Amino acid sequence: MYAVELADLHIAYGKKIAVSGVSFTADFGTTVAILGPNGAGKTSTIETLEGYRRPNKGLVRVLGFDPVKDHRSLVRHIGVMLQNGGIYPSMTPKEAVRLFASYYDEAIDPATLLETVALDRVASTSWRKLSGGERQRLSLALALVGKPRVVFLDEPTAGVDPEGRIAIRQVINTLVSEGACVILTTHEIEEAERLADKVIIINEGHKIAEGSPWELREQATAWGKGIRIQVKGDLDTEIASAHLGIQMENIGNNSYYMHTEPNPEFILSLAQWLAQQGITLSSLETGPASLEEAYINLTWRKDDDL
Amino acid sequence: MISDPPATSKTTLVRWRALYSQMRAELVMTLRRGESIILTIGIPIAILIFFSTVKVLPTGETSPIAFLTPGVLALAIMSTSMVSLGISTGFERSNGVLKRLGSTPLGRPSLLAAKIQAILVIEILQVVLLSIVGLALGWQLKTASGIVLGIALALLATTAFSGIGLALAGTLSAETNLAAANGLYLVLLLLGGMVIPLSSLPSGLRIFSELLPAAALSQGLHYALGTSSGVPLHDWIVLAFWAVIAPTLAALSFKFE
Repeated sequence: MYAVELADLHIAYGKKIAVSGVSFTADFGTTVAILGPNGAGKTSTIETLEGYRRPNKGLVRVLGFDPVKDHRSLVRHIGVMLQNGGIYPSMTPKEAVRLFASYYDEAIDPATLLETVALDRVASTSWRKLSGGERQRLSLALALVGKPRVVFLDEPTAGVDPEGRIAIRQVINTLVSEGACVILTTHEIEEAERLADKVIIINEGHKIAEGSPWELREQATAWGKGIRIQVKGDLDTEIASAHLGIQMENIGNNSYYMHTEPNPEFILSLAQWLAQQGITLSSLETGPASLEEAYINLTWRKDDDL
Repeated sequence: MISDPPATSKTTLVRWRALYSQMRAELVMTLRRGESIILTIGIPIAILIFFSTVKVLPTGETSPIAFLTPGVLALAIMSTSMVSLGISTGFERSNGVLKRLGSTPLGRPSLLAAKIQAILVIEILQVVLLSIVGLALGWQLKTASGIVLGIALALLATTAFSGIGLALAGTLSAETNLAAANGLYLVLLLLGGMVIPLSSLPSGLRIFSELLPAAALSQGLHYALGTSSGVPLHDWIVLAFWAVIAPTLAALSFKFE
């Protein structure tokens, strides 16, 4: 059984289509990141899995349950972190964690949990006086207190300082190593790359790519494993291609891409030719594009189709 | 699919524990809100002391304290069940607390039950405090049976006022709800026969007032606590009407997000 299964999900708010035909599955012991720009349909998707929205169409299963129909059974086994806290402002982390612990059959010891998310020092400070990062970590703690098997985190590291991010990543990694399934949304590529075993990229309600961060880089870069250079000076791609016996493309911003294996012999002849032309090389990169390039490439390509 | 254990004694125990913790949390948070304490306890006590000492109210042959004590008890009940509950629920709705609770095993019925229990605890506290102040200022309870009638009226009114408070909280934005609840409080305070006797109102306004739950509660309490005769049927009917209509409306219109 999959921890999470989503097939052909469609969500519309009146005439506005939020999600259109998204499908994916998630296994126990893995993290899946739903990545996309703001307004792509990430929150609509995750809130459907949490049982907050009834899909217009599509199959939704979390731990085998229908999140709307079997809501009462499901909520005992899932943990949820909403985008905007949802915590009583006058409560302290200690009180909030204790209260939420009382809702579940089995809960993590509140003191241990507060230590895990590094909130033990502000355990008696009211939510109102916590920093953005501390609020996010409290929200994460409340998602974990009931020992969930599936955890949904909507933008867990948004507005969190670097130290807080490390703490949150550690907590997520521990959770996954213990066999839980984590589904998170983010609009930051770096976060998805660091955290996820599988990334689902969605844009304007459509899934446009799916795979491990590494696979996505390879899939999404239209150019495969070639060489990218950035230069100072005028470079004629036709002359270069003819002289070097490869195909060179201008990819903008004084950058060029060459469809060839990055072997030392070729790089030597490239450097020699550039020297002859009086062109300065400011950068040379080999290997697949970064996930960021992949992402931008994918979301752009989508725009071109329209 | 995970097989859910049938409702064993353990899950029942968890449910009761969750309900108790939630009730305690509601109570603690209410007591922490300074403005809520001023509204539910400070203002009623101040009105009771002020108007029984400064004799400006047209209470006729009745002594001001005999008129004021039941009226202020009615005011206290309205403050807690309509204004305090409504405003806090409105903010919990706008800051996502209600939404977040929706994905916990607490469940809406337990959340509502916890809120009702917290209200009843505060009302008991209010009634005890106000009765002590009233008695100290010379108020006398006419018959012991009046207490039973008073409790019945208070429960019915709490249901009606909670319904009104939640109907506003579940549909308006937190800020509009805050203004609406306070505005309604002032209107019902003036028209509800709590501080100003209904007999002082112009007859048209008085007829309108008598259809409102505030006047029905205050009149009912005047009869129950201040006379040896029973509570007029009219007051029971008005309160029962509101106790059915308002919560139904709230349940039908309430939006959790």
